[in-house]
Amino acid sequence: MTAPARVRPDGGTEGNRPRHREGPHPVPAWRRGMRPYLLSLPAVLIIIGILYPFALGVYYAFLNYAAVVPNPVFVGLRNFATVLSDPAFWSSVRTTLVYAVGATGSETVLGIGIALLLNRASPLGRVFERVLILPLMIAPVIAGVLWKLMFNPQFGILNHVLGLGSTFDWLSETHALFSVVLVDVWIFTPFVAVLVLAGIRSLPKEPFEASRVDGASGFYMFRRLMLPMMWPYILVAVIFRFMDCLKIFDHVYVLTAGGPGDATRTLQISAYQNSIINFNYSVGSTYMFLLWAIVFLTARYLVSVLGKAQRRAAGSEA
Amino acid sequence: MGDGSRPGGRQPAKPAGREKRSRRGGKSSARERQPGQRRFSPASIGADVVLLGWFVFSLFPLVWLVLLSLKSESEQISTYFTFSPTLRNFGTVLSSEGARLTSVNFSDALLTSVLNCVGAVLVSLVIGVPAAYAAGRWQYKGSGDVMFTILSFRFAPELMVIVPLFVIYNQLGLFDTNVGMIWVLQLVTMPLVVWILRSYFQDMPAELEQAALLDGYTRTRAFLMVALPLVRPGIAASALLAFIFAWNNYVFPLILTGSGHTPVTVAVTRFLGGGGQAFYSLTAAAAIIAALPPLLVALSIQRYLVRGLSFGAVKA
Repeated sequence: MTAPARVRPDGGTEGNRPRHREGPHPVPAWRRGMRPYLLSLPAVLIIIGILYPFALGVYYAFLNYAAVVPNPVFVGLRNFATVLSDPAFWSSVRTTLVYAVGATGSETVLGIGIALLLNRASPLGRVFERVLILPLMIAPVIAGVLWKLMFNPQFGILNHVLGLGSTFDWLSETHALFSVVLVDVWIFTPFVAVLVLAGIRSLPKEPFEASRVDGASGFYMFRRLMLPMMWPYILVAVIFRFMDCLKIFDHVYVLTAGGPGDATRTLQISAYQNSIINFNYSVGSTYMFLLWAIVFLTARYLVSVLGKAQRRAAGSEA
Repeated sequence: MGDGSRPGGRQPAKPAGREKRSRRGGKSSARERQPGQRRFSPASIGADVVLLGWFVFSLFPLVWLVLLSLKSESEQISTYFTFSPTLRNFGTVLSSEGARLTSVNFSDALLTSVLNCVGAVLVSLVIGVPAAYAAGRWQYKGSGDVMFTILSFRFAPELMVIVPLFVIYNQLGLFDTNVGMIWVLQLVTMPLVVWILRSYFQDMPAELEQAALLDGYTRTRAFLMVALPLVRPGIAASALLAFIFAWNNYVFPLILTGSGHTPVTVAVTRFLGGGGQAFYSLTAAAAIIAALPPLLVALSIQRYLVRGLSFGAVKA
């Protein structure tokens, strides 16, 4: 493999090559060993600067801190008991999961499809490839504004073009969750598509030639060769999308602000409403801590799946 | 997510060369999959029709946004495609007239966005490049922990940090300031810069620097004269991508700025509720102005986008 030689902090490469001389004035070994730490120091300081508020946020979850309680006291797990026994929290969890699974699932299927079609490199496809990422590069919140204008029952273009009349409400209680997922699909399907497309293009072609010689059908080759080898790329895209969906905020907040009712109130929107609108920092922080735990555990699981898939793809290549 | 995700380690290390080769390889493998396929076979036309369907869905909203921004005030609630276009909305949005109508000073917001994003990216580069170099070049104790903590910022729910910061900023007087925003935007820009650049430094053979050391360069000079110029594409790509994501960020300024230093993403949403009156075409014009800088930047770095979007995990 082409993995570049890793160098130990003292200047020697891994392996048994002789150690290189460090210029005319050799630097003492302990100072060379310090090098990576010195280089990382500013980044570590920034990390601490961000971990401090994070730790403070976790701490808030164990207080009764709110704007009306300026001198909070430690209340132990009471916030967790309150939140976990609140049906509103579980409704938020359900909304978030439906959103994340629905959006990530549709985007993965559509993204793979678009990548396969673009990979054929028809003249039309080459034009489309240039503009594929446009929705992805617009701020999600601006995409939310754009779709809010389009969803407007009276003046919006969508009902007009689709012939739905002026009474169909895309953001009603029954349709809102579908509509915000639709906007997510509009923004982020290109993300999956460009990653998978890059994956397809980096596949070695020998296995495909070999199986064609053996008389394999196109579908068989896709199912048995292409898909397993593409799997790591697909998984990277799925991990990014699923993690981002769990903490979705921007375009949903602009489109519905969590409503109508609690139809689109995802966990992060709940936390926003509790902390910033109701000034109940402790309850908001409890929501965020629980969301953080969900994100963390999901990430651990998905990354281990990715590791397995990478080893398998590397194995099927040999 | 590193080298394992790149089946077939036969690509050369130079980004430009790999790009070309893998592209050619991919195309031919797809084309040869069905040897009898002609360019305009029914299957091929069918595939293009499906593709066309997606792109109508994908591009129609953008086209319509442009049309809406060109409509005059009297025509903004019409759904027709024929109208007399005018560029006046853009002027109104940027002038004091727009500020008076909608109570949003959009040109100030534009300036704030530029300052915040350029500042945040510069801070991230100055701090992130050495860290990325250390992590890409050496395996030191704790390097994995530092890198994964930085990556976790990308996936952590933002409010977990912002709510306490909201309290802290109010105490420190950083609420609604550019400095406060640049600080918190590190959460967006730092992971991007550090992870993308680490993958570039890893790809660079260590032998090049060692040759420079043998020629009598100091370690610092070897880094500045040999390593840094070689990862210039990576620096440019990660900086520009970080700029895009900093620009597109919404939830940080929503909570941590007031009316004084609002960036464009928050300003655009203010048009929607502009004093009970509907300013659809003005909103559309503002949205276009706010969306243009990231779009132009993205089109200019399209070649490096995949690697950047996946934080270096997919080296296309």
